[in-house]
Amino acid sequence: MSFYIPQDTTALACGAEAVAHALQAAGVEPVRNGSRGMFWLEPLLEVDTDAGRIGFGPVSSKDIPSILDALEADASSHDLYLGQVEQMDYLASQQRLTYARAGLGDPVCLDNYQALNGFKGLKIALAMTGQQIVDQVKDSGLRGRGGAAFPAGIKWQTVLNCDAEQKYIVCNADEGDSGTFADRLVMESDPYQLIEGMAIAGLAVGATQGYIYLRSEYPVAHKLLDIAIERAEAADFLGDNIQGSGKAFHLEVRLGAGAYICGEETSLLESLEGKRGMVRAKPPLPAIEGLFGKPTVVNNVLTLAAISTILEQGAETYQNFGMGRSRGTLAIQLAGNIKRGGLIELAFGVTLREVVEDYGQGTFSGRPIRAIQVGGPLGAFLPESQWDTPLDYEAFAAIKAMIGHGGIVVFDDTADMAAQARFAMEFCVAESCGKCTPCRIGSVRGVEVIDRIVANEDRDNNLILLHDLCDTMEMGSLCAMGGMTPFPVRSALAHFSSDFTGEVRGDN
Amino acid sequence: MATTEKNRADISHLVEQFKAVPGGLLPLLHAIQAEIGYVPDSAVPTIAVGLNLSRAEVHGVISFYHDFKTHPVGRNTVQICRAEACQSMGSRQLEAHAKQALGIDYHETTADGGITLEPVYCLGNCACSPSVRINDDIVARVDAERFDELMANLGGAR
Repeated sequence: MSFYIPQDTTALACGAEAVAHALQAAGVEPVRNGSRGMFWLEPLLEVDTDAGRIGFGPVSSKDIPSILDALEADASSHDLYLGQVEQMDYLASQQRLTYARAGLGDPVCLDNYQALNGFKGLKIALAMTGQQIVDQVKDSGLRGRGGAAFPAGIKWQTVLNCDAEQKYIVCNADEGDSGTFADRLVMESDPYQLIEGMAIAGLAVGATQGYIYLRSEYPVAHKLLDIAIERAEAADFLGDNIQGSGKAFHLEVRLGAGAYICGEETSLLESLEGKRGMVRAKPPLPAIEGLFGKPTVVNNVLTLAAISTILEQGAETYQNFGMGRSRGTLAIQLAGNIKRGGLIELAFGVTLREVVEDYGQGTFSGRPIRAIQVGGPLGAFLPESQWDTPLDYEAFAAIKAMIGHGGIVVFDDTADMAAQARFAMEFCVAESCGKCTPCRIGSVRGVEVIDRIVANEDRDNNLILLHDLCDTMEMGSLCAMGGMTPFPVRSALAHFSSDFTGEVRGDN
Repeated sequence: MATTEKNRADISHLVEQFKAVPGGLLPLLHAIQAEIGYVPDSAVPTIAVGLNLSRAEVHGVISFYHDFKTHPVGRNTVQICRAEACQSMGSRQLEAHAKQALGIDYHETTADGGITLEPVYCLGNCACSPSVRINDDIVARVDAERFDELMANLGGAR
């Protein structure tokens, strides 16, 4: 019997280390796997038995003796018994491509990765020309998963077309949006997949150096990525001579330093160059003048991770998932006040209501859901009337909302939406890079105007002023930070206007 | 002072190590902070000369990023997540409790030098909020009672 207890951030945060110690004390050496992404069950203990791989969760160290006893007799009699993990509805109903390997085994075990189709995509890519690889990515319909949803193949083509001595692949792993953990889960549960995707990107456009710009808030991902890169180098999946092909690709992790704005690609490039993370005006596009002024592919973790699947299984297979112009699968992250939060990978097109009600099973507090924020701190707050919108880039844009990086944060009926609108402006004050005036000054004024509205000070005129300020920020800002901070503010005003009266809400 | 001299030697050594690294200023600042606990103002001229930058540029980078500290911090750093997912689970109340229990505001250190309190925008643990980071350990579902327990557990380390 093999035992598995995850080593990802959420499992550790829920006490996985103590569970591992309890197992060791009982004479069992557990495999430290990645998480499956069913976070309400963490720490999730899995056991390989004659009856398949069964789960118990959430477990604490004091449950270990009784679980070990139950395994000797009738496992299903234990209170925490979950049955066969892969047959649980939450997991079985997903369409896992990027997360197919997540949680199966030790994330930094190279043999494991290869046994589960790892590095097959890279080997296929090694036999292709750069143009053939780029064509595969174009045909897959893959759009950037960081938020902007720009077609990845077109970005790659631009870099391939540039004639330069040095080109770069930069992975944006500055996953700063609240409610998102999909990048973290890839890096902590299946880091080789990202490494493989980046190496393929390097082969495609002719880049020999890659950087993963990782946020400093992810110490576990940092540790695992460093180990994985070292092992991949030792096995010639990275380095000067990848698998004897004579082609080179080097990879390094660079840590951010707690600035949200560095998730914006040009700010990220400045930061990688060792500067303040000030947003650059575009053009020039980073694909033409990016890192150190050289042609650079900047893609999100999920975009690059998807590349290995596309090369291995073919562009057409990937393209067959999804709806409209949103092809492939979306990593939905269900978070906040939710009973069953976690990672849900599905083809585009599922509705928000299906996600929060079927997968999430409502709020953690047991109270009614009041608002859902999709797409991070710059995403709109959606009232119940909008929950039947399908998760599709265009459908969300049509209601002035965005999917962004796929994070969904649920609020129950105790949420004060005026306070949330104020927070959106406050966050922009703290995190604006300061380069453009609408963002730097507009956010400060935004906090002040919202305070006046809530205090009922010259209310009508201040509401007009707030909308005017939002127009200025939306139309006059250099990047999405100032340009989209009005989204949560305006949606809160439009759908939850009663919260802005300054009266204490009577329903709690 | 012996500490100051040791710091100076450490900084010079690290500058040598990173000066040829492309875009090496951030990795250098992280390394200095890991070694000394903060980036002293006295390090700025040494860094500037080593990396062929102006002192203003070095200062500009240090002051841009929330992570870099210019003064000594407590033996432990405690961060409370202020982002939306944690707010939806009561992190505003947790913040108020933490400040009151420790008797300090954000960016301050307890009188015994044991704990520095900081805000953080997202620890990526958003399905099990509210989250707190204590040094490099992240803890899930922290309410007031659990916070007090965690602080008590720091015990000797404080």
